[in-house]
Amino acid sequence: MSIKYQEIAEITSQEEISDGIFSMWIKTENIAKNAVAGQFVSLYSSDSASILPRPISICEVKDDKSGLRLVYRVAGKGTSEFSGLKEKDTIKVLGPLGNGYTLKNETAMLIAGGIGVPPIVELAKQLHQKGIKDIKAVVGYRSELFLKEELEKYCNVYVATEDGSSGVKGNVMDAIRENGLTADVVYACGPKPMLKAVSDYAKQNDIEAQISLEERMACGIGACLACVCKSKEVDEHSNVKNKRICADGPVFDSREVEL
Amino acid sequence: MNTKVNLAGVELENPVMTASGTFGSGMEYGKFVDLNNLGAVVTKGVANVPWEGNPVPRVAEVYGGMLNAIGLQNPGIDLFVKRDLPFLAKYNTKVIVNVCGRTLEDYLEVVERLGDEDTVDMLEINISCPNVKEGGIAFGQNEKSVEHVTKEIKKIAKQPVIMKLSPNVTDITVMAKAAEAGGADVVSLINTITGMKIDIERQTFVLANKTGGMSGPAVKPVAVRMVYQVANAVKIPIIGMGGISTAEDAIEFMLAGATAVSVGTANFVNPYTTKEVVDGIKSYMNSHNITDINSVIGAVR
Ligand SMILES: Cc1cc2nc3c(=O)[nH]c(=O)nc-3n(C[C@H](O)[C@H](O)[C@H](O)COP(=O)(O)OP(=O)(O)OC[C@H]3O[C@@H](n4cnc5c(N)ncnc54)[C@H](O)[C@@H]3O)c2cc1C
Ligand SMILES: Cc1cc2nc3c(=O)[nH]c(=O)nc-3n(C[C@H](O)[C@H](O)[C@H](O)COP(=O)(O)O)c2cc1C
Ligand code: FES
Repeated sequence: MSIKYQEIAEITSQEEISDGIFSMWIKTENIAKNAVAGQFVSLYSSDSASILPRPISICEVKDDKSGLRLVYRVAGKGTSEFSGLKEKDTIKVLGPLGNGYTLKNETAMLIAGGIGVPPIVELAKQLHQKGIKDIKAVVGYRSELFLKEELEKYCNVYVATEDGSSGVKGNVMDAIRENGLTADVVYACGPKPMLKAVSDYAKQNDIEAQISLEERMACGIGACLACVCKSKEVDEHSNVKNKRICADGPVFDSREVEL
Repeated sequence: MNTKVNLAGVELENPVMTASGTFGSGMEYGKFVDLNNLGAVVTKGVANVPWEGNPVPRVAEVYGGMLNAIGLQNPGIDLFVKRDLPFLAKYNTKVIVNVCGRTLEDYLEVVERLGDEDTVDMLEINISCPNVKEGGIAFGQNEKSVEHVTKEIKKIAKQPVIMKLSPNVTDITVMAKAAEAGGADVVSLINTITGMKIDIERQTFVLANKTGGMSGPAVKPVAVRMVYQVANAVKIPIIGMGGISTAEDAIEFMLAGATAVSVGTANFVNPYTTKEVVDGIKSYMNSHNITDINSVIGAVR
């Protein structure tokens, strides 16, 4: 597990890339240097009445490792505060947190829904740099697309929208079926029902699926046991059938967890 | 300058400890702060057998604090002794093991088991967890059972015993006196205050457990008041906690009567908090010409 740092990071740019979805680049001393695809950071509010960190996935690591891109949806108090930050403002960040995806030397299908799309951008980049030739991304949205162009730099992108305004009308599983897509390894991030469908799909096709889970967090580093998910076997650390999403995940092999 | 304090014969390098359940066994936060510089590490509650804990969501943010209903998930005493104690033994800090149980026998089993462990300097008995249906708080809300549990534990304990008190009672001094009467060496307070948060969009409870224990900066005034009351009611030393995030907070608890203090929820906000509190206490002593930290304890009457 990588070394973690708490830093006061400077915002280098911020823009609204879709309705209520913000993209923020921050400059970090050490966090970006140590980050891998699928890890996340904890962002802290400047309002001392909001004490808990907001976990946000790493969307991209800057090429020279001097900063991170975070893409998030305004969901409440904290994210709404972050969306108001401007260039040169600062924010308290803890990271990199969690394990990240394990990059395999096999054909890859990246499946993401909604605000699960951001982490697969860095993943696609890393797989591409690793020289994996066959990378596909299947991304699902309600209606408006975001981060599609970034993904297209590294892979073939298949889209599903709930309202049918682009790509296949329906969800990512519909897009996989309609386009007849297959791969050796699946990497996924998105809402629980989607992850469940992805796990079932991987099981039926007897392929590996690495899925990224979410839960309410407090420490973000594995100390408080707030963020557990159910595991199929007794976990080595907890000694019960619970795994810590922040420390043992957020990425799990779909065969080791119960959704 | 003397920062050493004494808890029932156990000398701490300084009065700053961690609050049970917020610091694991130190492995995670040990990457941020040097555990050697802490007065003591207090571990997450451990029971005789592994506990699964409560369903998620287990935490929620509230104004100036948080609610938790972890439900005392723990790996059980066997793995704890095999893995966590050897880790803590490497550090030059005091080790306080927090003990939880559903029945008196559960507590006794763990206390007996730890008796042979040299690494363990003290035991903290959690009779105040609001998040498990049986045990825990049931023992801590009735003075007769506080005294009885304390007495039974004291009969077999080889290390000094800290009884951890619940704020969810009408008069905490009654429980403190009962613990003292039962032979407790130290009392620690406060555990979390039972609270609730409702999601008005989904029209349901935020926590799967419905209720959770409140901690963090917002509970501090309640905790300081209770430490003050208990300090005036018993002779045994007090470990004060509840919302401490700065050295100033720690000093406030000590002035109210605490011999040592624990930092809990604040670790989640800033993983360096314990170190900052230790350093800040020294700065306070410097700027106030205090040569011995013990002169601060209970100085406000
Ligand atoms: C590992 C991980 C990665 C994530 N990555 C992203 C991302 O890249 N982009 C993005 O938009 N969102 C992401 N989320 C969700 C994001 O953390 C929440 O949307 C955010 O915390 C909401 O905060 P708020 O203050 O705006 O909302 P509020 O509802 O005001 O938050 C109140 C409290 O609940 C917590 N909370 C609320 N929703 C969630 C949630 N879904 N998951 C965890 N905690 C929550 C908050 O952290 C806060 O402590 C991620 C969550 C996890 C666990
Ligand atoms: C996530 C969490 C887990 C806790 N677990 C325990 C526990 O296992 N045993 C215990 O005695 N107290 C437990 N507590 C209570 C704390 O030790 C402390 O009494 C309380 O949180 C008040 O201090 P604070 O405001 O500094 O956090 C827990 C608190 C939190 C927030
Ligand atoms: S948030 Fe504390 S263990 Fe994961």
